[in-house]
Amino acid sequence: MGRTYHIIKYLCLLAWTTFVVFPFLWALSTSFKDANAVTSGARYIPWVEFEPSVQGWTSLFASGSQGINIVTPFLNSASVTLLASIVSLGLGTLAAYGLSRFSYKAGFIKNADITFFFISQRIMPPIVLAIPFFLMLKEIQALDTIFGLVIVYVALLLPIAVWVMTDFFASIPKELDEMAMIDGCTPIGAFFRVVLPNSTAGLVVAGMFCLIFGWNDFFFAFILTFTETQLLPVASVSLNSSVTPWRSLSAFALISVTPLALIAIVVERFMSRGSLAGAIR
Amino acid sequence: MLKPKHFFLLPALLTLAAIILFPLIFTVRVSFSSWDVYQAGLDFIGGRNYARLLEDTRFWESLLRLSGMSFITVTLQYVLGFALALAVWKNMVGGRVFRVLFLVPMMTTPVVMSVIWRTVFHESLGPANDLLSMVGIGPVPWLSTATGAFISVVIVEVWQWTPFMFLLLLAGLVSLPREPFLAAAIDGASPVRTFWQVTFPLMAPISIGAIIIRLIEASKIMDTVYVMTSGGPGTATETPSYYIYIRGLRDFQVGYSASLSLAYLVLMIITLTIIAKLLMRFLVGKDD
Repeated sequence: MGRTYHIIKYLCLLAWTTFVVFPFLWALSTSFKDANAVTSGARYIPWVEFEPSVQGWTSLFASGSQGINIVTPFLNSASVTLLASIVSLGLGTLAAYGLSRFSYKAGFIKNADITFFFISQRIMPPIVLAIPFFLMLKEIQALDTIFGLVIVYVALLLPIAVWVMTDFFASIPKELDEMAMIDGCTPIGAFFRVVLPNSTAGLVVAGMFCLIFGWNDFFFAFILTFTETQLLPVASVSLNSSVTPWRSLSAFALISVTPLALIAIVVERFMSRGSLAGAIR
Repeated sequence: MLKPKHFFLLPALLTLAAIILFPLIFTVRVSFSSWDVYQAGLDFIGGRNYARLLEDTRFWESLLRLSGMSFITVTLQYVLGFALALAVWKNMVGGRVFRVLFLVPMMTTPVVMSVIWRTVFHESLGPANDLLSMVGIGPVPWLSTATGAFISVVIVEVWQWTPFMFLLLLAGLVSLPREPFLAAAIDGASPVRTFWQVTFPLMAPISIGAIIIRLIEASKIMDTVYVMTSGGPGTATETPSYYIYIRGLRDFQVGYSASLSLAYLVLMIITLTIIAKLLMRFLVGKDD
């Protein structure tokens, strides 16, 4: 133990860190190359191994002929993810509160079964629902629209919101809302005036998970949209075909993953305080 | 009839049921039809799709491949994630920086990062082979051979999802009670012994949870495969999701792909239930 152990530990952590950041650094380096530097073998260090150029980045904001504008897909992704997360979080929080405070019964179906129904949706492989979703959205003329994707993403995110919030409410003492009801609040009033203001931690964690899974989904966006409502992951894959656009591809990838990568800082804070354990189990 | 408690539950329940139940029932119905590219429509052909599925070796091979892939990736993720969580658990210099960095991959879009990884594994222009050649390892055919493609997908999956294990396990470690560790310290137990006798048993419930969640997600793998290898070379990295995608949305054998996806779903639920029970028995030492 002692010194050698610590040195080995830090070396292992550094090795893993290198592995983790490598693709990002590689993408960063590639995004500043010119076409020659991309096609003449692996190069890493700008100014030393190649002359940096910002063409990869500027091409993402060029209009017309280039055809790889990132602004629209970015805004589409942001709208779909935010709308679906807000709806899921709203509905999910209400349902989770209901499931943790009241008992429901319909025939043999009880609270635990309803909770399981929500959470078990995570097991469903997207492919099982793909074709029916396609036909369903076609029927209501919502294919290739933000509205249609929001509907589908709510089904994807609602189980996550219910899951995180059920565990969170289980950790909030019931006395809190009972007190409020003794003071004359209705159950609904007690929820909005007393419980909800004390639920920030749970809401933040649930919201983050909704954002992560919404923003990062590819499959449904891929199947249910064509040209009008392109999201970031779909747009990036359509750039994937050949070698020449590597630099704009890299810049594109960096722009699309950065907003969410920043969430890691928030998650770490919650984890260190120990307030994630209750919310995750 | 409508009490306040229904105000809480019903909106979410009805929304999810409306979005999920129709597609599911529809899939069941379609799986008994011969709906394909030549003739769209809901006729009834009995269990013929299911009979065909039983003899479809490509489907069963993809399931077998998925089992292997999930087992390897989830095991690696668990071991690495646990080791990393233990390493940064106690306060240490630079701990927070490590923790944040270790979480980043799970926040990034799998397909977008797969696009980048594909450039990394590019045989002549990518850095993977370039760096290996510096230590004298000849060009590795990453994406053009069966084994290479399989390993590439495993590497990307481990890169992407070890952070998730790390997150759950570290959150678990942080919330462990202190008393058992004090007791072990007073008894003078070695760190290795403390781990096996105290930490690991205390972490068993959250370990099971984390492994099950990852197995569920791993069994759906499709995005990474689609971008990195398109299931190839040949069918070397084809997973059930991807195979069903080809049958359903490339060949438009809607009826047959519906029966494939239901078989896949049922098999997954059964397998995951069995695995969950077995893990409970081995790690916690009790049933359920």
